[in-house]
Amino acid sequence: MNLWKEFTKGLVAENPIFRLALSLCPALAVTSNVYNALGMGVTVLFVITCNNIVVSAFRNVIHPKVRVPVYIMSIATIVTVAMLTLEAYLPVLFRELGIYLPLVVVFAIILARAEVFAAKNSVIPSMIDGLGMGVGFTIGMVTIGAIREIIGNGSFFGYQILGSWYHPPLIIILAPGGFIVIGFIIGVMNLNEKRKKDKSEKAEMAAGGTI
Amino acid sequence: METKETTANIQKPEKLVITSSPHVHNTESVTKIMWIVNLTLLPAAIFSVINFGLPALITMLLCIAGSAACEAAIQYWRKVKVTVSDGSAVLTGLLLAMCLPAGIAWYVPVIASVAAIGIAKHTMGGLGHNVFNPAHIGRAFVMASYPVAMTTWAVSRIGNSADFAGAMGKVADFDVVTGATPLGILKQQGYQALVDSFGGQSAMYKALFIGNTGGSLGETSAILLILGGLVLVIKKYIKWQVPVVMIGTVALFTWIFGGKVDGKLVYFTGDPVLHILSGGLIIGAFFMATDMVTTPLTTQGQVLFAFGCGLITVLIRLYGGYPEGVCYSILLMNALTPLIDRYIFPKKFGSLPEPVTRS
Repeated sequence: MNLWKEFTKGLVAENPIFRLALSLCPALAVTSNVYNALGMGVTVLFVITCNNIVVSAFRNVIHPKVRVPVYIMSIATIVTVAMLTLEAYLPVLFRELGIYLPLVVVFAIILARAEVFAAKNSVIPSMIDGLGMGVGFTIGMVTIGAIREIIGNGSFFGYQILGSWYHPPLIIILAPGGFIVIGFIIGVMNLNEKRKKDKSEKAEMAAGGTI
Repeated sequence: METKETTANIQKPEKLVITSSPHVHNTESVTKIMWIVNLTLLPAAIFSVINFGLPALITMLLCIAGSAACEAAIQYWRKVKVTVSDGSAVLTGLLLAMCLPAGIAWYVPVIASVAAIGIAKHTMGGLGHNVFNPAHIGRAFVMASYPVAMTTWAVSRIGNSADFAGAMGKVADFDVVTGATPLGILKQQGYQALVDSFGGQSAMYKALFIGNTGGSLGETSAILLILGGLVLVIKKYIKWQVPVVMIGTVALFTWIFGGKVDGKLVYFTGDPVLHILSGGLIIGAFFMATDMVTTPLTTQGQVLFAFGCGLITVLIRLYGGYPEGVCYSILLMNALTPLIDRYIFPKKFGSLPEPVTRS
């Protein structure tokens, strides 16, 4: 099994936010600035990787009928670890993320990876899959957060990069802005993919024509 | 480009034109309808320039130029035919300007136009595909983005009440004097304060009807907007039922639930005339709720749509956080349009009447 492929598929081709469209709730709610988005991204990266390891290690002893409660128990334990760590070392971020931290337990992407991948594969590929999905999720969160913070607040990581001449449209850091930004990113990705496909089809046709 | 021209040459009919029915055709076209709607808005637009002065004209030009430029840029980028000359982008810009306060900072109309054309219209696929009214999306976008600027209303220049005239006399050197809109006063200070600010009930009705009050550009002159709307009704571009039902719904419910005595609700004591003449109701009922793209197809559907608009407007005006709710009511009903069309759908051309079957 190609481990590198397992890792990279989560980045773009199966990006949790833009391609699988899972866990859009945090992608809307905590991406009004880059710092929160990064914090949430790394938390999910940690949880998804640990959970994939746990689930894949115990995949042969979990009875299929009770697998979802078992997965949720595992996720909840790991999320509790992550929450206590954040509360101890990054209390500001902990307060900013608020209710969305305990909600990590029910993020669709974590359960989906456990169900789709970790329950059927051994420990190492599952860990790599979790890492790839987590990094893809973090990239997605940071991208949305960066766009929303720059347009909606004129700043990046809290530093004001656009001067007082810039009048930020507040709506971008409000909830509707999250929908608009995610919509446009998905639109641009689809457009790119379509162009690539058209190009390869054209190339194929041209190749077929010469033969 | 070359390949396109050659295919056009091949498909060009030479002798016999065969088309499917119906064959009856009139001379209406999108371009003609759009420019006539623009013309019917012109009197109210000119009045707003007289009323609010140069800043109103600047806001209007910024909106129209912004919408047209955005439409042209996106169509050029999408490599489709650039259709700025059909007047739909100009109409969006003009309607958008009518929803904005005069003398607002230059970037607000520009951003509103980009939101209207770029987000509401072209992400959906351009003219005829948009779900929501572009002008109102533009207004809602900047309303959420710049709440302070959007609620700083210019005071009428030709306002005849003593307060406004006094204010204008004192600060004649400024471009714009700001003050509350009638509905804003009603929301914050109550009915009696509003009547007092005009110096009597009949004076208030007269000011609202002619339009020398504060507000956004198109909110003020009821009479000119009604005249423009009547032209549209006579030309059969809009159905008379829609504005009548929408305004009637607002009148009915504000009459029933709008009256307050000592802060307590007393039924059937509201002032429907005030609610009809103030705010964006007239322009909304005649020009926005009758938009061909974003409203239901059938007359029954449109009546239902208009009733919903009126009901939501009253709910927002009487119980909501904003003083004015026409914009949001029309956007909310736009979202319900596909649902209405699903249950009340048009008769097939030439088909016999039969009981409506629900799919």
